[in-house]
Amino acid sequence: MGSYFSEIFLGLKSLVIGLGITAKEFFKPVVTVSYPYETIKMSERYRGHIELIEDEEGKPKCVACGMCQRACPSGCISLASKSVEYEVEVKGEMKTKKKKVLTQYNLNFTTCSLCGQCVESCGFGAITFSKEYNLASSRKEDFHFDLLNRLKERNS
Amino acid sequence: MSLTILNAVVAVVIAIAFAALNAAYLVWAERRGAGRIQRRPGPNVNGPLGLLQPPADGIKLMTKQLMIPGGADKALFMVAPVLAMAPAITSFVTVPFSDTIVAHSMNIGVLMIFAFASLGALAILFAGWGSRNKYGVMASVRAVSQNISYEIPMLITVITIVMMTGTMNLKEIVAAQSGGIWNWHIVPSLSSPLMPISFLIFFICSLAETNRAPFDLGEAESELVAGFHTEYGSMGFGLFFMGEYANIVIGASLITILFLGGWDCPLGLFPGVWWFLLKIYLLIFSFIWIRWTFPRTTIYGLLNLSWKILIPISLFNLLLTAGLLKVF
Repeated sequence: MGSYFSEIFLGLKSLVIGLGITAKEFFKPVVTVSYPYETIKMSERYRGHIELIEDEEGKPKCVACGMCQRACPSGCISLASKSVEYEVEVKGEMKTKKKKVLTQYNLNFTTCSLCGQCVESCGFGAITFSKEYNLASSRKEDFHFDLLNRLKERNS
Repeated sequence: MSLTILNAVVAVVIAIAFAALNAAYLVWAERRGAGRIQRRPGPNVNGPLGLLQPPADGIKLMTKQLMIPGGADKALFMVAPVLAMAPAITSFVTVPFSDTIVAHSMNIGVLMIFAFASLGALAILFAGWGSRNKYGVMASVRAVSQNISYEIPMLITVITIVMMTGTMNLKEIVAAQSGGIWNWHIVPSLSSPLMPISFLIFFICSLAETNRAPFDLGEAESELVAGFHTEYGSMGFGLFFMGEYANIVIGASLITILFLGGWDCPLGLFPGVWWFLLKIYLLIFSFIWIRWTFPRTTIYGLLNLSWKILIPISLFNLLLTAGLLKVF
């Protein structure tokens, strides 16, 4: 008989505790982010598709060495460059030197697995992960990024 | 007051309008409340605070086709949703909202409401049986056994109240509690010291009678698809939904009338319809709160609760009250 009543009381008590928890939750602020209207800032370590980094002059830091292209296991990076002659002053005399300038940097994001080998292999710190995640499209051409163009657009 | 046809029609129209409006906006309140408890906003796109959600849902339901599954018992299938909705609305006719606002005050108001409330179980049985669906049949068997076993402690508690007040007229039951919170039936009195427990029993039984979570075994969407209304779409489903919410309003009104002093103010000041509405909406909020807190009980747990706990305690309370009424 005693256990009958103590069971009822214990049950009731646990129910009241449960109600207390939901009552507390009721008055806490809503955590939903109503996505298309508001977005949250992605964390530092978010790995989106890659992006070129610019130097102080707004030109890409990339020296077109092609290490990223070689490191990519999916072969989704393709870049092109051309040789450009330029003059520098060395010990009072002008000298002509050659260097490679990036003319094309294409990322085929449809096959990219976001492994990050390209970023790790880059010896010049010229590429990084973007924080872009609004990537939905019904056309696969939309995922062939021209990163050089994106850089230009970002600067303009 | 002579009851003319016009009187009756106006009363029924007002009752339907009140029930339908409540049903529509309680769905909204339920979804908003559930959202808040789960820390999400709930419907908030249609109109300010999502207040246009119920009309949108209504239009959606009304424009859909009413499908009757092959092999279903057509007559029962069509009658069931109406039978779910009609008694709930009819019950509103005798509910006194205040001293003056009552469609038709009857001497047997309590009896009438319970008579109509038991029809709800019949609607569920018809729906489950008529739709020729195994989930429907299972759900309706469960729901009917649940409704019948919870009607017993509920009625025993009501008998206690009727014994104390000596009337079955809802208006007179409220009048017997007027004058402040210490006169309400929820407060233990000399002749009935176990009244708070009776209130709890009645509250639990109204949850079970309206098939609300944690006693929503008739729907049990995680086990039985949608229970007895698995095969219903369109406005057939809509009527079940409205019937459920109209029943919730009736249940809250009954608790208010029987235990919380109806339109009476806690301190005996300014009695009026606003107190009644405040009380029923607080009770409905607690229904919503309970629904989104507790998980569903098993059918055994549910029947054990009724037969092993609620019925013995309410019977004991009945006998105790009867004895004490004789003494004092």
